[in-house]
Amino acid sequence: MTSLPDTTAPGQVKLGLVIDLDTCVGCQACAVACKEWNTQGYPAPLTDEDPYGADPIGVWLNRVHGYESGEGQAARTVHFPRSCLHCENAACVTVCPTGASYKRRSDGIVLVDPDTCIGCKLCSWACPYGAREYDYRAGVMKKCTLCVDRIYNDHLEAEDRQPACVRACPTGARHFGDLGDRDSAVSRLVSERAGDDLLPELGYRPVNKYLPPRTTSAGPPPEPPRALPPIGQGDGSLVESFFAWVDRALGA
Amino acid sequence: MHPAYSVIVFSTLSGAGYGLLALAALAGAAHGPASSFAFGALVLGVGLGLVTIGLLSSMLHLGHPERAWRAMSQWRSSWLSREGVMALATYVPAVVFGWLWLDPASSPMAIRIVGLLLALMCALTVVCTAMIYCSLATIRQWRQPLVLPVYLVMAVATGAALLLAIATPFGRGAAVLAIIAVVALLGAMVLKLCYWHAIDRAPRELTLAMATGLPEPVRQWELAHTARNFVMQEMGYHVGRRHARRLRRKVVALLAVAAILALPALSLGAGILAAIAAVLSAASALAGALIERWLFFAEAEHVSSLYYGTPRA
Amino acid sequence: MSEPQIDLSPKTWDRITTTTCYMCACRCGIKVYLDNGRVRYIEGNRDHPVNKGVLCAKGSAGIMQHNSPARLTEPLVRVGPRGAGEFRAIAWEEALATATQWLGAIRASDPRKLAFFTGRDQSQALTGWWASQFGTPNYAAHGGFCSVNMAAAGLYTFGGSFWEFGEADWRYAKYFLLFGVAEDHASNPIKAGLGRLKARGAKIVSINPVRTGYSAIADEWIGIRPGTDGLLVGALIHELLKAGQVDLDYLIRYTNAPWLVIMDEGAGDHGLIARFEGAPLVLDRRSGRPRLAADPQVKPALDGEAELPDGRRAVPAFRLLVERYLAEDYSPDSVAERCGVPASTIRRLAAELADVAFRQSIELDVPWRDVQGRRHAGMIGRPVAMHAMRGISAHSNGFHTCRTIHLLQLILGTVDVPGGFRYKPPFPKPPPPAVKPAGKPDEVAPLTPMPGPPLGFVTEPRDLLVDEAGRPCRIDKAYSWEAPFAAHGLMHTVIANAARGDPYPVEVLFLYMANMSWNSAMNVSGTIADLTARRADGEYQIPKIIYSDAFCSEMVAYADLVLPDTTYLERWDCISLLDRPISEADGPADAIRQPVVAPDRDVRPFQDVLLDLGHRLGLPGMTTPQGTPRYPGGYADYIVNHERAPGIGSLAGFRGPDGTKAGKGEPNPEQLERYIENGCHWYRELPAHMRYYRFANRDYLDWSVQFGFNARADGIVMQLYCEALQKFRLAAQGHGDVQPPAEHRARIARYFDPLPLWYPPFEEEAVDGASYPLHAITQRPMAMYHSWGSQNAWLRQIIGRNWLYMSTDRARELGLADGDWVRVRSSHGEIVVPLKTMTGVNRDTVWTWNAVGKRSGSWNLVEDAPESRQGFLLNHLIADLLPEREGGFRYANCDPVTGQAAWYDLRVSIERVAPETATLPQFASLGLPPGTEPRPPVLDGCP
Ligand SMILES: Nc1nc2c(c(=O)[nH]1)N[C@H]1C(S)=C(S)[C@@H](COP(=O)(O)OP(=O)(O)OC[C@H]3O[C@@H](n4cnc5c(=O)[nH]c(N)nc54)[C@H](O)[C@@H]3O)O[C@H]1N2
Ligand SMILES: Nc1nc2c(c(=O)[nH]1)N[C@H]1C(S)=C(S)[C@@H](COP(=O)(O)OP(=O)(O)OC[C@H]3O[C@@H](n4cnc5c(=O)[nH]c(N)nc54)[C@H](O)[C@@H]3O)O[C@H]1N2
Ligand code: SF4
Ligand code: SF4
Ligand code: SF4
Ligand code: SF4
Ligand code: SF4
Ligand SMILES: [Mo]
Repeated sequence: MTSLPDTTAPGQVKLGLVIDLDTCVGCQACAVACKEWNTQGYPAPLTDEDPYGADPIGVWLNRVHGYESGEGQAARTVHFPRSCLHCENAACVTVCPTGASYKRRSDGIVLVDPDTCIGCKLCSWACPYGAREYDYRAGVMKKCTLCVDRIYNDHLEAEDRQPACVRACPTGARHFGDLGDRDSAVSRLVSERAGDDLLPELGYRPVNKYLPPRTTSAGPPPEPPRALPPIGQGDGSLVESFFAWVDRALGA
Repeated sequence: MHPAYSVIVFSTLSGAGYGLLALAALAGAAHGPASSFAFGALVLGVGLGLVTIGLLSSMLHLGHPERAWRAMSQWRSSWLSREGVMALATYVPAVVFGWLWLDPASSPMAIRIVGLLLALMCALTVVCTAMIYCSLATIRQWRQPLVLPVYLVMAVATGAALLLAIATPFGRGAAVLAIIAVVALLGAMVLKLCYWHAIDRAPRELTLAMATGLPEPVRQWELAHTARNFVMQEMGYHVGRRHARRLRRKVVALLAVAAILALPALSLGAGILAAIAAVLSAASALAGALIERWLFFAEAEHVSSLYYGTPRA
Repeated sequence: MSEPQIDLSPKTWDRITTTTCYMCACRCGIKVYLDNGRVRYIEGNRDHPVNKGVLCAKGSAGIMQHNSPARLTEPLVRVGPRGAGEFRAIAWEEALATATQWLGAIRASDPRKLAFFTGRDQSQALTGWWASQFGTPNYAAHGGFCSVNMAAAGLYTFGGSFWEFGEADWRYAKYFLLFGVAEDHASNPIKAGLGRLKARGAKIVSINPVRTGYSAIADEWIGIRPGTDGLLVGALIHELLKAGQVDLDYLIRYTNAPWLVIMDEGAGDHGLIARFEGAPLVLDRRSGRPRLAADPQVKPALDGEAELPDGRRAVPAFRLLVERYLAEDYSPDSVAERCGVPASTIRRLAAELADVAFRQSIELDVPWRDVQGRRHAGMIGRPVAMHAMRGISAHSNGFHTCRTIHLLQLILGTVDVPGGFRYKPPFPKPPPPAVKPAGKPDEVAPLTPMPGPPLGFVTEPRDLLVDEAGRPCRIDKAYSWEAPFAAHGLMHTVIANAARGDPYPVEVLFLYMANMSWNSAMNVSGTIADLTARRADGEYQIPKIIYSDAFCSEMVAYADLVLPDTTYLERWDCISLLDRPISEADGPADAIRQPVVAPDRDVRPFQDVLLDLGHRLGLPGMTTPQGTPRYPGGYADYIVNHERAPGIGSLAGFRGPDGTKAGKGEPNPEQLERYIENGCHWYRELPAHMRYYRFANRDYLDWSVQFGFNARADGIVMQLYCEALQKFRLAAQGHGDVQPPAEHRARIARYFDPLPLWYPPFEEEAVDGASYPLHAITQRPMAMYHSWGSQNAWLRQIIGRNWLYMSTDRARELGLADGDWVRVRSSHGEIVVPLKTMTGVNRDTVWTWNAVGKRSGSWNLVEDAPESRQGFLLNHLIADLLPEREGGFRYANCDPVTGQAAWYDLRVSIERVAPETATLPQFASLGLPPGTEPRPPVLDGCP
């Protein structure tokens, strides 16, 4: 089903992730939880070759990068998790010759059917975000499934029906929900925090959004005091004027 | 982009094959049945052989070649699928054309109709191949107006050089063909130079800052993983600038040599020297095309390599 | 064409069970999904108090640890020379008989000849008791090289500590100061807490030479120069005092700020607290006379001079403190350059602290009573929280720097108040807790248990474990004049001391869970040499080494007898309140581990083995009078039935015959079943009025006595002024009956200052700053736990090698660039490593990830694994001893108060070298022990 479903209809469900770059500490929990679930889940296995050798190479659906951004006082270190963004205009889907890549009409999740993928890798070329990883041994393309085998899974308790990465993230930097619903918690987060698209100029219209690092703390002090005024200019030493103040403060 | 040999061999050989078939088809359309069975059979054999080897080679690139048939299904959206469909479909006019062309008794009109159809389908197949690449928004060097003409002209040039190499030994010094070959080879060379000029000049507009939405400047501090992965391997391939320049000069030289070696066929007719020169011309053209295709991949920079530390793409 | 039909509800497991993670010491609750008896998936347990469902990278990679090809599979006895890795597999009976024979002989002659050190042990309540039962004082776990400065400074100051003994009030804090933390033990809780602060928009300030991880998300990063935090915090205190931004009521009520200090220079009690019948005195503001501090009618002064009944002078401790910190030495301008932090920034930070503490204070509408009977309508909060860890403690000035941070907390009134730092029960305890170490010469005798535990808290020279001549009684010299407040022992000195027979030789070195020949050693090659050193007669200096590990680590090759342990999913364990607790600030918690799968190899849980050995040796606590094992059911039996004091056992939950009691209660035979039903943990949330001010909270303290946490409910006065330190200083000045030998006097007198102080780290003082201009430190990678992570097929892909990082600007000045190879030299050694640059690092500092480098051939990795070819340790550069002093004496490279290993004092120089193919030094490849499974070439099935 290589043609993209029409996602412009009002009320169209667009499931995706919102990743808070202001909160992510780069702990890699999401990457490993993803690996752990998915190597036994829908896209199983996520092969690791030469796992104990000199040149291990494995399939991961989520990777956390470390960047430095900005200069001088504004410079920051940013940990940057990267997985499939479940784009609305997903060229990875339209280029697929077999229909193995498809975007689900019901919720917009972009998937690869492991039974029909021929492993031509073209979809990975079409993805600007490097989100697809080819499994050399299985001969098929692997990608984030948005944990489609968790989020609707009747065998899991309701609270656990979330992507493995979201469920694991210790800081709560990952949020899952319906970005098609303007009133959903994730949509509100995106509007409050000015969440943005990666590489909007390429026109893929990612569903996943990134919340940028805050430049200043939203919290106190609102007007940071620059320095404290010293107490009374007693003629004595600092110590004596301090204790004079103590005396006054304690009401002698 | 990682220059995978299977894909390079595929696109070079099938391009040459379709070029050859298309020129034979046009020759048939113009002159009627093949001048000799052996000649015609050889032309068709080489053409179809190249196309088929190319297709088989492209299957080597697949993780699941046994499922390759599925690739026909998505012609509505996928240029790769369209290419597959066209490649297979082209066998039909090719075989019918061969049937007619090799039979001296065939009606020139029939040959003309089928020949034109075949030429058109060959061209469309090559267009599909080119579109696979130039439709990708992710690779600046591929999303380039010159990619399609280059693919077409390269196909004609290598096809013509091959046809010349077959025709000349058969004593069919065809000046027109030699002219086509020389023009196409030089045309390919010029187009390629323009293409390189264009990709060198076009700014790398995308930065890591845009890819991450973070304030400039953004630089990679830590790798996501210290171990290798598919994306680094496939999209992160980097050819050295100097190496690339050297190879570009080789492509130009080989195409120029091919063109020069095609000239004897024009002036000397069908002598043995001209024949040898024509065979060498074809070899030179194919070698040039192979390197050109290798470079086409190796010089292609994928947007996703930004995430792995490339400053701009 | 339609979309493929996929199964949206696959069930890939047949059973889900709970246990506790041990991919690190955080001890999160996990749910293990099993299919046909194979571990399929591990996730965080949402009901667990520690992690509340989240799971870190290591935790999620537990499957790969459990299935690691580096697992040991059978007991081994050494056949080749030590370090060659040549072993013969033996049966457990032979292994246990051998150990019994070795240990039995020394127990009958001189139990001190056993040095039992247990590394990253989570069963210290058992192992410490075992050592005591055996009769050796030579016991400790890893705390001495880890963060004992932090523990000791906190416990001596306010009866609690950062580390994992307390936490920030994530719910109410508005301002969070984080000092020198990359990861810490409370791995997931800190991350979750930071997430909560972020969600509320609280300001996070990280003081750290490196801007990664937690520092990366801080609203403000202070890239301090290592080892100078004491100055920075001192300057903050200076500013706050200068501006009168101090919580005087809090200081007067809850700290010893008003306690009178005797001023009688030269006397044996100079600097001690003035007391009446043992009770501290204060100066009453109304009468102007000394009065009992505990008298609720008294209005204590913070200044002034009292005349004691004997006519001598005394002043409030606070006066001394103010004099120290208002001195020009601590002004922002004086410290700015040394710290690498502009004075204006320090001033602003102080102003922000004061602003949040005093102008944005909060009050919870929760009435409570204090120990003096005062009723408080609400709980006032100064919402400034702080946390600190090894960036502070792993320096030779760490103890005092930690105390300085605590001082800052106290003058702002932010300890155990809403929005501040909070204790986790069983803390607070009296500062320090009332446990003294056993092991004095008269407390050690053949075939006799020691009268108390080997570790505790000294408060006066008499408590030291030294002989008549002042020489150490313990092999690690803990509680000697070299490290008097060594609350956790000095595991890092054991091998070197034992190899030199200093203070005496040992016969058996028994190690558990510590990779002492590699990443936990300072001076790695020296340690290896010590482990293999021989006497003139050819016998090893350390004659016998017994080691329990679960994997083929670098240390295994140096053992004579290897006792293979299970993985954490294959055994019972107990995370006890008697040990390092997992409590929440809101209430106590403990937990168990249960075997979720049976071992498929000939391995045994170490705790079972230890109890078995104890019985074979006839240790009284482990043997019945009839001579049968007291805990025939092994560790599970012990967990349930062992009582430390009547009614107090390993687990606090589900006690009593019917499992309804908590804290104290008779053993409950069904206790483990109850725990399992409850998700393998127990947690008791305290009522709201018992959650803060617990040092003085009447109801909390009464409850804590009933519950068995504290012996008395008197209230805990926080010790700004640490009298115990002064007692040692007096001894060094020639007072009292236990005095240090001459060579230690000056050092004790200098560093046993009852008030916090700052001094340059020892290495900085010892080496020439021009020759070694840079600091070199390490950080914990979040996705790796020390050495264990590299055998993990997933984690090693994330971090399978490391680089040395330095500031981009500094590198440019030195003509260095990304990708260069550099030689890094310290006064002790050199390494050759690859370099990377970054902007987020202090310009005088280089750093790398800790413990990524592996020795070739270890951990069942291929010999040319990136961990050994491109990975490296800084440990090769770190000296275990300080430079020689007069008389040839060398102190360990430690904090002078606690003996904490000073890892981060390291100074280096750096120069470019030609690119190498491998880091240096490289060591001979270790062979694989017999029985190790082959490395799978590919992992492509469900694990
Ligand atoms: N340069 C530098 N060096 C440092 C530090 C630093 O910051 N910088 N930090 C220091 C600190 S704080 C510490 S705590 C130490 C840590 O260093 P170590 O205490 O040596 O810790 P690990 O490397 O985790 O090694 C513990 C051993 O336990 C084994 N083990 C794992 N699981 C089990 C099990 O279930 N049973 C048994 N029996 N064994 C098991 C492992 O295989 C390993 O051999 O390193 C210290 N070294
Ligand atoms: N993932 C993971 N978690 C772990 C461990 C692990 O190996 N991996 N190990 C566990 C153990 S044993 C321990 S002890 C804890 C330790 O937990 P941490 O205390 O977080 O340990 P370190 O990684 O040593 O972090 C020290 C931090 O202090 C900074 N630092 C160094 N010198 C100074 C200084 O002078 N001043 C200041 N302000 N900062 C400084 C360093 O840059 C670093 O960020 O972590 C525990 N948790
Ligand atoms: S788990 Fe959360 S905090 Fe950790 S790297 Fe992933 S998104 Fe960041
Ligand atoms: S991120 Fe890449 S793989 Fe995912 S939908 Fe977008 S283009 Fe496709
Ligand atoms: S690799 Fe598979 S999913 Fe990707 S384009 Fe080819 S057939 Fe489609
Ligand atoms: S949603 Fe699922 S598949 Fe996607 S990154 Fe998260 S864990 Fe991996
Ligand atoms: S922090 Fe991670 S490794 Fe440590 S116990 Fe928790 S889940 Fe396990
Ligand atoms: Mo530690």
